[in-house]
Amino acid sequence: MTGLPDHSPSPLIAAQDLRMTYRVGRGQVLRALDGVSLSVRPGEVLGLVGESGCGKSTLGRCLLRLVQPSAGRVVFDGTDITTLPERRLRPLRQDMQMVFQDSYAALNPRRRIGDLVAEPLRVHPAPGGGRRSRADIAARLAELMDLVGLPQQALARYPHEFSGGQRQRINIARALALSPRLVVADEPVAALDVSIQAQIVNLFMDLRDQLGLTYIFVAHDLAVVRQISTRVAVMYLGAIVELGEADAVLHRPAHPYTAALIAAVPEPVVRTGDLPPPLRGDVPSPIAPPPGCRFHTRCPVVRDRCRVDPPALRTLPDGREAACHYPLVGE
Amino acid sequence: MALTVLRRLGQTLFVLVGISVLVFLVFFATPGADPTARIAGRNASPETMARVRVEYGFDRPLPVQYARMMEKLFVTRDLTSYVNRGQKVVPEILEAAPVTLSLVSGAAAIWVVLSVAMGVTAAALRGGWVDRGLMMLGLVGISIPVFWLGQVVNLVTQSRYHDSWLFSWVPGLGYVPLTEDPLGWFRALVLPWLTLAVLFVGIYSRVLRADLVAVQSEDFMRTARAKGLSPARVLLVHGLRTSMITFVSLFGLDFAQLVGGGALLTEVVFGLQGVGRLTYQALSNLDLPLIMATVMYSAVFVVIANAVVDMLYLILDPRVRDGR
Amino acid sequence: MDGDMLLAVRDLTVALPVGGRLVPIVESVSFTLGTREILGIVGESGSGKSVTSLAIMGLIDVPGARITGSVRFRGRELVGLPPRAYRALRGREIAMIFQDPMTAFTPVYTVGRQIDEQIRAHQKISRADARARTVRLLGDMGVPDPERVAGRYPHQLSGGLRQRAMIAMALSCNPALLIADEPTTALDVTVQAQILDLLRVLRRDYGSSVLLITHDMGVVAETCDRTLVLYSGLVAERGPTGALFAQPAHPYTAALLDSIPPLHGLRPARLPSIPGSPPAPAERPAGCPFGPRCTHVHAACATRPPLVACGEQHVACVLPTEGHPLPPRRVPEMSA
Repeated sequence: MTGLPDHSPSPLIAAQDLRMTYRVGRGQVLRALDGVSLSVRPGEVLGLVGESGCGKSTLGRCLLRLVQPSAGRVVFDGTDITTLPERRLRPLRQDMQMVFQDSYAALNPRRRIGDLVAEPLRVHPAPGGGRRSRADIAARLAELMDLVGLPQQALARYPHEFSGGQRQRINIARALALSPRLVVADEPVAALDVSIQAQIVNLFMDLRDQLGLTYIFVAHDLAVVRQISTRVAVMYLGAIVELGEADAVLHRPAHPYTAALIAAVPEPVVRTGDLPPPLRGDVPSPIAPPPGCRFHTRCPVVRDRCRVDPPALRTLPDGREAACHYPLVGE
Repeated sequence: MALTVLRRLGQTLFVLVGISVLVFLVFFATPGADPTARIAGRNASPETMARVRVEYGFDRPLPVQYARMMEKLFVTRDLTSYVNRGQKVVPEILEAAPVTLSLVSGAAAIWVVLSVAMGVTAAALRGGWVDRGLMMLGLVGISIPVFWLGQVVNLVTQSRYHDSWLFSWVPGLGYVPLTEDPLGWFRALVLPWLTLAVLFVGIYSRVLRADLVAVQSEDFMRTARAKGLSPARVLLVHGLRTSMITFVSLFGLDFAQLVGGGALLTEVVFGLQGVGRLTYQALSNLDLPLIMATVMYSAVFVVIANAVVDMLYLILDPRVRDGR
Repeated sequence: MDGDMLLAVRDLTVALPVGGRLVPIVESVSFTLGTREILGIVGESGSGKSVTSLAIMGLIDVPGARITGSVRFRGRELVGLPPRAYRALRGREIAMIFQDPMTAFTPVYTVGRQIDEQIRAHQKISRADARARTVRLLGDMGVPDPERVAGRYPHQLSGGLRQRAMIAMALSCNPALLIADEPTTALDVTVQAQILDLLRVLRRDYGSSVLLITHDMGVVAETCDRTLVLYSGLVAERGPTGALFAQPAHPYTAALLDSIPPLHGLRPARLPSIPGSPPAPAERPAGCPFGPRCTHVHAACATRPPLVACGEQHVACVLPTEGHPLPPRRVPEMSA
């Protein structure tokens, strides 16, 4: 895989130098996102991975403008949505939907599945303008249930009557109701048991093939991300440290953090011999990130330069990007 | 920590100024009502009216009037009632305050001790007959009107059985200052204390039991049991401290409003010349200077109590200390 | 055979009242744990793995719960043990660490004070001696600057430090058995690796026996000597971890391992998944509980299969006795 063809389609969504800061009292500032740039082309699945507090969920929310970034730009399908007033953003919202981790909290327990899934259809106007008719909505609901693999009877029931996996199917159906082009999924399988997790990952992949969807898939589980993603962005302390084709990043990581993350995943295979020594220490606080390379406090191959000189995200010969002075693969 | 306390003090002052402005505006600057006439009282002579107007600055702009009022209230303390001519208001409150403070503090001590004991016992024996009995008792306490209970207590101890060995020690209605006769003070107040405490024992024991039961399902309670601690230690050391949050906030508010005049009914029934009674008199006579003074007085207590509760939070919960 | 075992659990059944009737959450679970051994109990949510561990600890206090069978710890029967005797055991001879170290510590006391408390609950030693031991333990658990950490409140520590403190507290009285209930689930993956490493070191240096409860097959593979797979409150399979992962004998174990997306080797076009979801305890079928989701289901599965030997494992499945044991697992190649 050598670079990308020049006639590649323009990105569906792109972020430029996104920053998100929160005041946390006593004049301190938490940098949840510290200058993140990326773009996602139509049909791609971008996996966002990292440990808690790395900013991956915040990034997902900023991209959909569920939260307003402190600085930077988000361009969706050629339109700068960073400062678009809510009224003009609304038509675009149909094209970008979100699926959350907690399948139960996302569903109002007092309403029937049919009402919950139909809600976006009632709120947003039909493609030709005007409201959708009852018959149209009913037909769309039936279609959606088929799409996510739930029986039609499910529409008349309540959220608590379903298992976690089924509820996540309901959430997906609701996200797909308006035929979006982009779906941001924030840890959609993290709360599910392994056997159910596989069902939902397969569903995401099937839906992408059937509907030509573009995903941004936020997860902490590297194996799940590898299964579903075409490209992967690895985040650490509010910044992307490595970004590239999923196979390249996860098989031959360039950034020492990516390598450590992969090595730390316990695999369901009994290995003989000693396991590699785990990474030392904890993730530093995003309120006071270390100077220089933000990973240098834990990096196993740290050198003097890393402690003072923050590395920028740069493109390596094989096309991926990494923020490291001494990447582990080819230069 | 010191900074937190200072900031809290500043906030307290700010709130007090706000309240005083509000009260002042309500009583003295209501459009269409002449405060001069209201202060001077009904059928006041033109000379009185003129004197009041000058004294309070009612012929000058509002800020001056407010400043004058605050000066009379806090600096010169010569705010005078025109209903009871010449009666200075501030000393009157300062006289009534110890009565109310004695009444409420004693009752508070009783209700805190009893409700903690009842709440903990009920929670420890959750589901059993002791639990149900105690909570029923609490409900009864909540339902009994305090004035009725006071009257019954008086009827029993003052007239019907006053001469029996059981109640012959009960003095007549009224207050005995602590500094003059500590034993007399105690004797005069013990029945009002109990009467006032009954309602709060009911409320607080039920609240505490509910919080203690809720805390039982917390992970850290399971850890405490897994450590091999005795059930009593698990409940008292790990459960009670974390369940005291609601209790403390309720207590701060209740204590403040009672000291600020909310113990009116108890004061009336037991013939105690406290702040509640004073406020009641002021209101029924429309004695504006006295109303102004009593309202400010109770505001001070409510605000101070809130500040104290916040400080208690800091002590009770280290997470609050770190601002999380 | 159970004689020299530290812990021998036989036919443990825990029934809890659900909607007015007793429902067996865990049914006839049997296993043994030797000294210096790490046994993994693995299962999905609702499999009864946490209930099993709480039953061993005597921490099931649901009114009306019924615990039958036998739990022998150092030859002593724990089922039906009076509360006072159980208390003396808990924290001293059997200790437990929990999933979320944030909520498992009492939020209003310092971590050090809570560890001191456990030491002083079981031994007559002074406050100062207890604190000295606490600080030493924290240091042994790899806590940097243990003296300072002992004086901090739980919310002031990172997840990894909290879990190290929790383990220090559990080990404070040198227990013979440590029960770890999902000890790394709430932690990030790099911190999880540290804690699992610590558990292995403890076994080596302290000779602790560990009962590790987890849902993560990866954690089991990397940490445990032997493995017990629970499905819907019943033992599906148990045996040495190496054998069990190389050739799972129960279709559930095999399907569970298959449904984990691989981190190395080829990406499957589709993940093999198990259809449906596990039955609720009250709706557990009379036959094999995995039958309704099993690709090998046939008439013989209508009666509950007994635990039979198959290779190095014991498995609750009819396939081996019928002469059709499952084939060895295709292990994805590890990249260099």
